[in-house]
Amino acid sequence: MDSRIRKLLTNLNGRKLLIPFFTAGYPDLDTSLKLVNIAEQCGADMVELGVPFSDPLADGVEIQYSSKCALDNQISVRKILEGVKALRKRSQIPIILMGYYNPLIAYGETKFMKDAHHSGVDGLIIPDLPIEEAHPLYDKAKENNLSMIFLVSPTSSKERIELINRYSTDFVYAITVTGVTGTGKVFGRKTDVYFKKLKKLLSRPFVAGFGVASPESAKRLTKYSDGVVIGSAIIKIIRNAQNKSEALKQVEKFLSTVRKAIP
Amino acid sequence: MKSGMENKDKKRPNKKGRFGLYGGRYVPETVIYALDELDKFYNKIKKDKKFIAEFNYYLKDYVGRPSPLYYAERFTSYLKGPRIYFKREDLNHTGAHKINNTIGQILLAKHMGKKRIIAETGAGQHGLATATVCARFGFPCVIYMGEIDLVRQKPNVEKMRLLGAQVIPVNSGSKTLKDATSQALRDWVTNVKDTFYIIGSVVGPHPYPMIVRDFQSVIGKETKKQCLKRWGKLPEAIIACVGGGSNAMGIFNAFVNDETVKLYGVEAAGLGLNTKFHAASITKGKPGVLHGAYSYLIYDKDGQIILPHSISAGLDYPGVGPEHSFFKDNGRIIYGSVTDKEAVNAFKLVSHLEGIIPALESSHALAYIIKKERQFKPNDNVVICLSGRGDKDMPIIEKWDQEYG
Repeated sequence: MDSRIRKLLTNLNGRKLLIPFFTAGYPDLDTSLKLVNIAEQCGADMVELGVPFSDPLADGVEIQYSSKCALDNQISVRKILEGVKALRKRSQIPIILMGYYNPLIAYGETKFMKDAHHSGVDGLIIPDLPIEEAHPLYDKAKENNLSMIFLVSPTSSKERIELINRYSTDFVYAITVTGVTGTGKVFGRKTDVYFKKLKKLLSRPFVAGFGVASPESAKRLTKYSDGVVIGSAIIKIIRNAQNKSEALKQVEKFLSTVRKAIP
Repeated sequence: MKSGMENKDKKRPNKKGRFGLYGGRYVPETVIYALDELDKFYNKIKKDKKFIAEFNYYLKDYVGRPSPLYYAERFTSYLKGPRIYFKREDLNHTGAHKINNTIGQILLAKHMGKKRIIAETGAGQHGLATATVCARFGFPCVIYMGEIDLVRQKPNVEKMRLLGAQVIPVNSGSKTLKDATSQALRDWVTNVKDTFYIIGSVVGPHPYPMIVRDFQSVIGKETKKQCLKRWGKLPEAIIACVGGGSNAMGIFNAFVNDETVKLYGVEAAGLGLNTKFHAASITKGKPGVLHGAYSYLIYDKDGQIILPHSISAGLDYPGVGPEHSFFKDNGRIIYGSVTDKEAVNAFKLVSHLEGIIPALESSHALAYIIKKERQFKPNDNVVICLSGRGDKDMPIIEKWDQEYG
């Protein structure tokens, strides 16, 4: 079946994917949706919308903070899906929801898949759902033409990398370092070695995420990967801005710089 | 038939770490390899005679096992009900059952060649037991503890520091055990290669619920022997408090296939089951995923974890071990609950009658028999797992008396 993600991936011609992450509902739902439009104007190819959870155990302080603010603003899966639906009237950029498993369980897994598809969501990343536990959900995603993107880590064995390659729909998400989101590390030779290994083992495209904080690291990481995900760095910009319109401007500036830095 | 018997011959958990529907490994990809490594290592070493002897040696000479099975004579006469025995885990080194498990896990860490230990703690009992074994075996030790728990369990914090552990306050979320656990998991994701995470209860991703149960099952094995020696048969019932559920699984495990023995798990009803302020995950929760396992859990309609409440920091957790969820569904273990007030009353009563100050956690099990003694016959022998001592709870009781006394 055709999908926005597949269309994007088949027409890349050497272009590297810029994938910003925004926490849905932070600083508020409207602003987070406006950020999607701004990202698209800056040359982002896809966006990740974070679905807040009270206990985000794979996330560092920035995304913990934005998740908490969004939850204090009464954000919910239902509101996020409604937001995506509204957004689809003005944008066709591929949208991936990234969130922990329990809010999906609470929403109802079957109903969630149907509603997500009808709202215009293209795919899912569930950081606390490794391939072994994904089966029932995986089939439901497939039925609803939603991509399930799985993560590989520097600690994944060769066998697991191959399994993840098989199950991950369309592309694979490579965690750059062992750690939580937002560490902002400088990537060196170790990362090169790891990414070269991934390039050899993966038949699908892969994007790099966790700790990508600057145009320089984005450039470095796209040497071997097919794109970068930037999350915590953006949340930090929004958090440090004086007000919402200032936040939009600063994010626009940052994403334009990153776009220019990568092919 | 609704009982644990249908699973008598099946392995618990199965290869995928499932207790029926529950358990599994809902964790970030980064730590999967460490769980695989631990699972493989544990399954090999648990049959190794040298390892078993080493574990038993420390349980005997360092922890002080076997712990006595004490006939609570005055408590029994007060109840005018069944004969009550206390399994005295409070007499263990560091004052609770927690050390049975930390001895086991530190030995695993040592044999696996790990360099650094991390742990989460609520009441501080597990933190203290971890800091203790780290001192004994010479490991650097980091303990994550919620800021609220840090204040209400101060004596334990000072002890941990004295033992050389670094106690890191956690100020995210509810600032209690659940957030300390999330923070410990974040540390583990970051330092997974050389760090061993000593989980304190039968919770978390596979193989932890199994490993912690196995190390704690010494409580039940001893109890069984002591009962048989004392009165020549098994007890009619066993009662234990359930937060994550490690002392309960520890004492129940040896009896789950003995159908005549009734098993009761007691949760914290806090200010009452019909309020928002309780920690009764099994009684009031639904299956969900937190901290790596699918199990009963307290969350709202949007799937967000509800902040639990219990006067006892060790029971103040929104989830419960997956094996308890399994035994809840098949009916082998009966789960009940008691309120803060009932627990405090039991705490005081047993202190007065027996000269034993029980932990507020264990006081929940004591309160249950006070409430339910009529369900038992006068000739019944009932064993209560006195999982820990209550010295650490004195500041809480003082505060309670100021408010309600």
